[in-house]
Amino acid sequence: MSQTAVDVPPKGGFSFDLCKRNDMLTQKGLKAPSFLKTGTTIVGLIFKDGVILGADTRATEGPIVADKNCEKIHYMAPNIYCCGAGTAADTEAVTDMVSSQLRLHRYQTGRDSRVITALTLLKKHLFSYQGHVSAALVLGGVDITGPHLHTIYPHGSTDTLPFATMGSGSLAAMSVFEAKYKEGLTRDEGIKLVAEAICSGIFNDLGSGSNVDICVITKGNKEYLRNYMEPNPRTYVSSKGYSFTKKTEVLLTKITPLLERVEITEVGEAMEE
Amino acid sequence: MTFTIPIDNGDAVKIAEAESQRTLYPYVTGTSIVAIKYKDGVLMASDMGGSYGSTLRYKNIERMQAIGKHSLLGASGEISDFQEILRYLDELTLNDNMWDDGNSLGPKEIHNYLTRVMYNRRNKFNPLWNTLVLGGVKNGKSYLGMVSMIGVSFEDDHVATGFGNHLARPILRDEWHADMSFEDGVKLLEKCMRVLLYRDRSAINKLQIAKITEEGVTVSQPYSLKTFWEFSSFHNPTAGAEGSW
Repeated sequence: MSQTAVDVPPKGGFSFDLCKRNDMLTQKGLKAPSFLKTGTTIVGLIFKDGVILGADTRATEGPIVADKNCEKIHYMAPNIYCCGAGTAADTEAVTDMVSSQLRLHRYQTGRDSRVITALTLLKKHLFSYQGHVSAALVLGGVDITGPHLHTIYPHGSTDTLPFATMGSGSLAAMSVFEAKYKEGLTRDEGIKLVAEAICSGIFNDLGSGSNVDICVITKGNKEYLRNYMEPNPRTYVSSKGYSFTKKTEVLLTKITPLLERVEITEVGEAMEE
Repeated sequence: MTFTIPIDNGDAVKIAEAESQRTLYPYVTGTSIVAIKYKDGVLMASDMGGSYGSTLRYKNIERMQAIGKHSLLGASGEISDFQEILRYLDELTLNDNMWDDGNSLGPKEIHNYLTRVMYNRRNKFNPLWNTLVLGGVKNGKSYLGMVSMIGVSFEDDHVATGFGNHLARPILRDEWHADMSFEDGVKLLEKCMRVLLYRDRSAINKLQIAKITEEGVTVSQPYSLKTFWEFSSFHNPTAGAEGSW
């Protein structure tokens, strides 16, 4: 009789093995490492010819601003972009992963990617991790079936909406949208409304700040307007620059020429058979 | 908690209360209040709903009341605590009237009184579970202030409580300006109340707007706002995305 351990291939999904140990550690007083959250305002809206996505650019680590000018609008496909709120690593990783999957799919099918494909891939992944992948996304794009805008929550549920906001500044931005959105906006009106909503988040929410990024996607064309608006400039930069006091004098000027570099190439022996 | 201990002759006697009774959670709550200063005084808006947890139990609660000749008090949070505060203020105004010397409490004084009451209750761990908005006009000067259940109090040109903090404040910060006319003020308040109606689950479409000027307080009749649901993408939202909401 031989006892062989059958090697079961690892199944997908979250492995809860370490949860008990983590609980025990927190009870003993270990502080869990804080993660970089994006504490964000991200918005999207559908206008006459397509989709406009907007995001602020502040990444926070608890009470500290870790990145003043990060990029929250991620590339998924030439015609699909995705804004991400929540844990920065999660949004980056998830959007990168789905973006690669979409590209492989494009190679296989020979067609442009559809927004609903990205939607399904993202929601499947997030659901299988039961909300532990903390990524809240606003996915927008224009494909052969028209413009689409979706929101995806960390647990994997999705909404299909004409205008959407996510992140800690979502209420501030949503109040602007609810008050001012109407159908059939032109490109300029749409950009203005998105910028207004993001600014509302930037100025009324502590987790959002710095600049406004905007991405306009229409049929066959996309415009990524990085730092479209910078409503928080550094206002007190010294105009004089750095100046030395008058008493500095040049003591010595010595030029040391560097030796020429000589390259020695050894003729090696041929490899043995 | 009260203990009952049976004594020899069989009677149960209520012994001392082991722990003083104090407010732990609110039961019947009112949602946000939004108020702004305008040209002639102060405008305040509130809806008429009282929620019992997640049930919309009462739909005819007036959460704004005139106090004396010069002030208007609006409250969000526990309705019974609001009624208690009205009783305290009644005593105050009654006292005033008994003096009968022509003096009357202005909004600043009432705001100060409320701040003291709220803060002291909070220090005893027995708060009045309200966020109060006090507006008024006295001697031509308009006043608008707010007190929270932990005693935070301040004065401002526009205030909002509850969900209004997140949804109405951004709009007010953007669009309020000094010396608004009555119509503009009402339009601004309605804008805020409409967003709250869309996005606050405990809001109802039955609101009142109260106006206080040098002449006195008028609270409007209840009315409802027009809402818009005819976006084309609402008709069949998941046509292209089965499994979405």
